[in-house]
Amino acid sequence: MKIHVELNVVQQTKWYEYALRFLFGGLITATAGIIAKKFGPEIGGLFLAFPAIFPASATLIEKHEREKKERLGLKARKRAAQAVSVAAAGASIGTIGLAAFALVVWKTIPNHSPWLVLPGATLVWMTLSVLLWQVRKRLAVFRRRTLN
Amino acid sequence: MSDIVLRFLIGGAVVSVFALLGDLFKPKSFAGLFGAAPSVALATLALTLSSEGARYVATEARSMVLGAIAFFVYASVVSWVTMHYKWGALPVTASPILLWFGVACGLWRVCLR
Repeated sequence: MKIHVELNVVQQTKWYEYALRFLFGGLITATAGIIAKKFGPEIGGLFLAFPAIFPASATLIEKHEREKKERLGLKARKRAAQAVSVAAAGASIGTIGLAAFALVVWKTIPNHSPWLVLPGATLVWMTLSVLLWQVRKRLAVFRRRTLN
Repeated sequence: MSDIVLRFLIGGAVVSVFALLGDLFKPKSFAGLFGAAPSVALATLALTLSSEGARYVATEARSMVLGAIAFFVYASVVSWVTMHYKWGALPVTASPILLWFGVACGLWRVCLR
């Protein structure tokens, strides 16, 4: 499947689902700040890669997938679990990009403009994550072909 | 107090934007990348820069590398469990948060203490 955008998902998502993510995101950002102030940046920094909204996002994926499959008369529970699994596999690839983001910030921010470093590190996260996702996809296709 | 409120508002907004991007993209494995976006980090580091300076931010980012490794372990476990068992998403994604804590704190103890 090619990468594409589905705009109708915005209408499927309810207002409280957006509010829930805002709440979780806000809470973990505020908590990370409080922890850094109380225990120092060495401990506080760990929480910058805390899987803050993943449980909320996974629950939404499961809910939307179950509703979609039930409408089609398919095995909803199994398909919903698979959808969460696939999203989590994508997130695990994204964490490699996340580690690279942190590495770039750690090594470059003391000597370079922060307003260049932060967008640059975000670009590194995005590029590396997409690249690794493509590699994983091609490997999966290759493995399937060799098995058949 | 106002600093915490500001962090809450900016953090909530940045996380929501990345979560929305994750919703829009298909296939799901690609959208999953946004589940590990540096959303909390961007909000926190930008605010910390103005109050604490670049050295402090660099120290936080060094620890963040370990947090990201713990996140990798967490996401891999969630993916494996949901692929092999038909358990609900909330217990499967919420309970390994303890695993994240364990791995992150263990790595910090070994590498940075």
